[in-house]
Amino acid sequence: MNIHEYQGKEILRKYGVAVPNGKVAFSPEEAVKVAKELGSNVIVVKAQIHAGGRGKAGGVKIAKNLDEVRTYAKELLGKILVTHQTGPEGKEVKRLYIEEGSDIKKEYYLSFVLDRSTSRVTLMGSEEGGMDIEEVAEETPEKIFKEVIDPVTGLLPFQARRMAFNMNIPPKLVNKAAKLMLGLYDAFVDKDASILEINPLVVTGGDEVMALDAKFNFDSNALYRHKDIVELRDFDEENPKEIEASKYDLSYISLDGNIGCMVNGAGLAMATMDTISYYGGQPANFLDVGGGATTEKVTEAFKIILSDPNVKGIFVNIFGGIMKCDIIAEGVIAAAKQLGLKVPLVVRLEGTNVERGKELLNASGLNIVAADSMADGAEKIVELVG
Amino acid sequence: MSVYINADTKVIVQGITGETALFHTKQMLEYGTKIVAGVTPGKGGQVIEGVPVFDTVQEAVKQTGANVSVIYVPAPFAADAIMEAVDAELDLTICITEHIPVLDMVKVKRYMEGKKTRLVGPNCPGVISADECKIGIMPGYIHKKGHVGVVSRSGTLTYEAVHQLTQAGIGQSTAVGIGGDPVNGTNFIDVLSEFNNDPETYAVVMIGEIGGTAEEEAAAWIKENMTKPVVGFIGGQTAPPGKRMGHAGAIISGGKGTAKEKIKAMNEAGIEVAATPSVIGETLIKVIKEKGLYEKCKTH
Repeated sequence: MNIHEYQGKEILRKYGVAVPNGKVAFSPEEAVKVAKELGSNVIVVKAQIHAGGRGKAGGVKIAKNLDEVRTYAKELLGKILVTHQTGPEGKEVKRLYIEEGSDIKKEYYLSFVLDRSTSRVTLMGSEEGGMDIEEVAEETPEKIFKEVIDPVTGLLPFQARRMAFNMNIPPKLVNKAAKLMLGLYDAFVDKDASILEINPLVVTGGDEVMALDAKFNFDSNALYRHKDIVELRDFDEENPKEIEASKYDLSYISLDGNIGCMVNGAGLAMATMDTISYYGGQPANFLDVGGGATTEKVTEAFKIILSDPNVKGIFVNIFGGIMKCDIIAEGVIAAAKQLGLKVPLVVRLEGTNVERGKELLNASGLNIVAADSMADGAEKIVELVG
Repeated sequence: MSVYINADTKVIVQGITGETALFHTKQMLEYGTKIVAGVTPGKGGQVIEGVPVFDTVQEAVKQTGANVSVIYVPAPFAADAIMEAVDAELDLTICITEHIPVLDMVKVKRYMEGKKTRLVGPNCPGVISADECKIGIMPGYIHKKGHVGVVSRSGTLTYEAVHQLTQAGIGQSTAVGIGGDPVNGTNFIDVLSEFNNDPETYAVVMIGEIGGTAEEEAAAWIKENMTKPVVGFIGGQTAPPGKRMGHAGAIISGGKGTAKEKIKAMNEAGIEVAATPSVIGETLIKVIKEKGLYEKCKTH
């Protein structure tokens, strides 16, 4: 789960991490009010969307007075920002972060991520701040430094200092930078983050070390123990069908094609998409109904697929292990009857309770095309959709 | 022969009183798995499906001599269950549970350092040595005893591959689901190395998916060490970047972890990669025919 920059900075403040003063605003009036309270000569007006690359896309404006704050706020609110992370459709700006300007002397990069190869949280830093870190990694990998963190001790002060020295933070500010890194690590672990990226981290003219941006991503598997983080979820930033799916604990991702897919297991769901594409079709979604699906859950999954107007056919591909085929069949039948099935439906069932599942489908009187294998099913649905 | 588990394996079911665990305990017993104990704290003394239940793993091991456990405990308590199995010095613990917070697994991995227990999973279908021992949630009937090892990050894709092999008369030695999480106990190389050393395994099917670099690392290992033919498949060839495809580990981020890179690395290591999941079986058969292993692998 992602949150906005201003929410991330609120969390960081609680961990003693220095961030510039600022507040969220939902209207130009509010923006001006916040700017007045801040009383700074330079005010930064930042569009709040869940995507990076806002600066380059024109989503960050520097205002010299309150009139400019109002003008920029009016300009940005309601604007569709297209960045390299939003996709071509872009994202509408509905919130602004109004922040005091900082006297930036130099920009750096810091992040905490989970490193799969070591199964440890890793601190990464570079003196090449403000840039796309992937480019830095590609072109000058020697400028990226790493500290692998032992979960028993957490990030150790010497590791944080070593990182600060490696990043060429001015020696007199190394302790300040190290303290900031320790605060970031505590926030990362306490809140079960999966990514915490500060790009840029800055050293100011007043010798402060500050997080000028904060990008948090949280482990969705740990949200059950972080009610405060769940409250920060911004539904405007998410696909409505994906929100609906998440209510039923379904893993659904909207795609551009016209063949709706309902599959059990993430691997099989991906492979089903691949197979549909192989036969010349286009999947409309990724949908993993998961292991412990109930008839109700399957019905909801079906509803979500059918609520996509692009869907011209559905392929149900189930290989039941933990998931029982008869449960899937009951869900499909219930949903088809309830919603009135108007598009072709191909069903492939295999695995636990498969015979009972097939019997239920046959007895349902519904117009269901049975498939013998994943390839057979994919080929049939592609042909039916045309 | 088989790897990790066989007809002598004595199994504890951790979380045996849960609904899913109960269903699969019955299925495992029907398959012939020697389930000797269950563990649910506070329910010690009960007997379920003829299996005695204990309060702790330690007690279950002491009373029954079990050497392997399987975990169906809900996600918030699963990391603790794994560490309890490790503490009891089991040879192997297989964690089926999905949605375990990743930082919990970071702690588990740290705790396991220097200890004897191997972990398979979490978020995996389990391990099966056909006709000998089935531990997990896979449908037993699709498996057939034989000589092809199967290792996979995805549960249902494992079933798909195994089913194709069985239908073509090609049995399996052991099928291992290593799970779809970014931090797990056993990786491709661990299992490949077991298959390499197992005299009864003649060829291997390796099923990966987008995200991370485990397949690339495995490909490099295979190139250097593997003496047996390996065929592969990578799920998520058409997955868009930046979208997490269900598994916590299945995401293309920062241009890394794409199916294309993985397939390239595997091809370079001499691994034939199936174009679609439906031809995993065919691809394996083609390769074992080329290597003159088909007759040996064909189960009569």
